Amino acid sequence: MKLWLAVLIASAGCAALKLAGFVVPSRLLETQRAQRTLEALPVTLLSALIAVSVFATGTHLVLDSRAAGLAVALILVSIRAPFLVVVVAACATAAALHAI
Amino acid sequence: MDVTTRKSAERRIRNRALTIGVSVTPFGLSFGAVSVEAHLSLLQVCVLSLVLFSGASQFALVSIIGAGGSYFSAVGTALLLGVRNGLYGARINTLLRPTGWRRFLMAEVTIDESTAMAVSEARSGHSARAFWVTALSVYVLWNASTIAGALVGNALGSPAATGLDVAGPAAFIALLGPRLNTVRMRLVGLGAGLIALVTVPVVPVGAPILIGGLTAVALLLVVDR
Repeated sequence: MKLWLAVLIASAGCAALKLAGFVVPSRLLETQRAQRTLEALPVTLLSALIAVSVFATGTHLVLDSRAAGLAVALILVSIRAPFLVVVVAACATAAALHAI
Repeated sequence: MDVTTRKSAERRIRNRALTIGVSVTPFGLSFGAVSVEAHLSLLQVCVLSLVLFSGASQFALVSIIGAGGSYFSAVGTALLLGVRNGLYGARINTLLRPTGWRRFLMAEVTIDESTAMAVSEARSGHSARAFWVTALSVYVLWNASTIAGALVGNALGSPAATGLDVAGPAAFIALLGPRLNTVRMRLVGLGAGLIALVTVPVVPVGAPILIGGLTAVALLLVVDR
């Protein structure tokens, strides 16, 4: 019963959080400052997400095969390699190092 | 718009969306398996993937419950990780301007993947297509792999063994690449990542991404004024 409550509250809460961004009054978002903030937000949040998902496990900082995968992805992106090549090469590098 | 250009954009979006969708399946399998170990029923697992639909929040919830943590901290961490979807939502709302019921549907599938794809196609004018195709691909494959994981366990082994734990970061780097074309934006991205990492050991799971992302934007605004 308690487990169901946790599942339902987390589900409803996370769905509500998603909706929250869509109901911000548009007049608040019309200023140039707000526009620039909104445009930068996905870039900074995804950058932070990348850093945390590569260099952290729980609350610990770690340096493992994921870092090598990220390095390969960065190099390939800088030479404008195709999307699929970037993803597959990064995974292959991380898997190879993980296996060693 | 030129027909060939449109066709090639459609193909690019479909292929990328499929790649991203496939890359979430090991996490879906793993999530399903971890959930069953944490004594969630199949129905509960399905509700999470269908309604909550946000990998990081779902994993946090069942991992903490499975490790014997309190329901309060499990739900709290899931919500904390869900805040960034709301921030994405504000951006997606101004980018795609949905109306009526579409707004609710769009909000439900506003996650890292669909946002990254929509933002990456902002200049090409194909953001709406990129958003919906990616959302559909991830929604279907995430839910299917979740059920498979809950029923038969994690057949693929851990995402780390297949290297798929870097599929997400690699895909996001590739999608952000064109946006990081100025020294200023590169520094902002790097700053967001570093600030997030510095806070990892000292704040609860879920907070570093928000702290890094929001602080970097605040710094950008201060520098720009």
